[in-house]
Amino acid sequence: MENKELAKGKHLNADGSKISVKGLKKSFGHLDVLKGMDVEIKEGEVVCLIGPSGSGKSTFLRCLNRLEEITDGSVTVDGYDITDKSININKVRENIGMVFQHFNLFPNLTVMENIMLAPVELKKMTEEEAKETGLKLLERVGLAEKADVYPSKLSGGQKQRVAIARALAMNPDIMLFDEPTSALDPEMVGEVLEVMKQLAADGMTMVVVTHEMGFAREVASRVIFMDEGYIVEEGTPQEVLLNPKQPRTIDFLNKVL
Amino acid sequence: MSFMELIRENGVYLLEAMGKTLELTFLSLIFASIIGLLFGLLNVSKKKALHVIANLYIDCIRGVPLIVLAFFVYFGIPLATGVRLSALVAGIIALSLNAGAYMAEIVRAGIQAVDKGQMEAARSLGLPYGTAMRKVILPQAIRTMIPSIINQFIITLKDTSILSVIGFPELVKAGQIVIARNFESFKMWVIIGIMYLIVITILSKIARKLERRLSYGK
Repeated sequence: MENKELAKGKHLNADGSKISVKGLKKSFGHLDVLKGMDVEIKEGEVVCLIGPSGSGKSTFLRCLNRLEEITDGSVTVDGYDITDKSININKVRENIGMVFQHFNLFPNLTVMENIMLAPVELKKMTEEEAKETGLKLLERVGLAEKADVYPSKLSGGQKQRVAIARALAMNPDIMLFDEPTSALDPEMVGEVLEVMKQLAADGMTMVVVTHEMGFAREVASRVIFMDEGYIVEEGTPQEVLLNPKQPRTIDFLNKVL
Repeated sequence: MSFMELIRENGVYLLEAMGKTLELTFLSLIFASIIGLLFGLLNVSKKKALHVIANLYIDCIRGVPLIVLAFFVYFGIPLATGVRLSALVAGIIALSLNAGAYMAEIVRAGIQAVDKGQMEAARSLGLPYGTAMRKVILPQAIRTMIPSIINQFIITLKDTSILSVIGFPELVKAGQIVIARNFESFKMWVIIGIMYLIVITILSKIARKLERRLSYGK
């Protein structure tokens, strides 16, 4: 844990950024999903990706921890060029938490076991340490009393908060959120966003694909509007959400707001 | 002779033969499970070569009748290599190879039935593929596999009867020997049929219980 704290902040790319994406292209067969994206994200930034469905937001996010193989371009995260086949991608991923739209909790494990699995298997912590960390994290997301239940007993909002706790258990520097509230009933969206706001306030570097414009406006340090595999417009929430300049951004915001 | 007389006269012999049948079944199933897990995992591998190897094995075994495989192992291999195999060993090899191929398909289907997001979530935490498979995917896959595995166990138990052709003294072979002596074809095959029926019913019941025990939090 101590080493990890010391190391924190030192895992930067050569140019001082946390995530650096250059000329990123991604195709599925003949379908070009990402057509050349350049993004640079600094430590502690909260970047919200917005845009119509099919615009490539989620694919972009999944390229950042190589859940998708990159077709062309480069992605450098934490000082690692993750397009380099010779790097140990598992090591890089330990430092990048990810939260999915459909939670993807492990149904064969209890809430606590979900959280403890990676730190214990990867020998980052002993069972006791992992349990202690797990309890702290569950308290942080307000679910300490659910430690020993199975995920099937939880509501959607609770599942997503556990999923966030699970990702945090590896003490990552970066958190990726792939539409974390899109599969939730409306009354549960707030509790998940609240946890994410806290994380942002704690200085976590976050990349969030979202349809929650309120969240983006309030929490994002930068908003990126994507359409058809390109970045159409980016800037502060003020610039992009309140004073959009591109017709496509204006059109999209008119539809969702 | 009445049923009772036949049972009194041949019961112990037939029960011993049933014991041999079960011995052959369980030993074969242990090996078949190992083979099935191995080739099932190869089959879902992203590496094409491993996938091809697994499919080659599965296709070959499925394309050849068990009786041919049994003859090949028991008579063919000793002729080619000079290594004589006992009927039990030859039987275990033939049955394991046979059931292993079907188990491999059950394992593949079970793994593929687990939501893709599970592997992604496990890998995104930094877990290596093998650990993710062992701790997250397989425990879930097992649950959907259980009915098919039970089915395969029962098929393998019944398939042991085919090994009567290489002279292994399992239940069918024992029946043939008894009938050769007393010519009671009708009653003897009824008795043997019921013996299979009872054992298989008991095994299915145990398996059902196991299936319920393995379910979690639902």
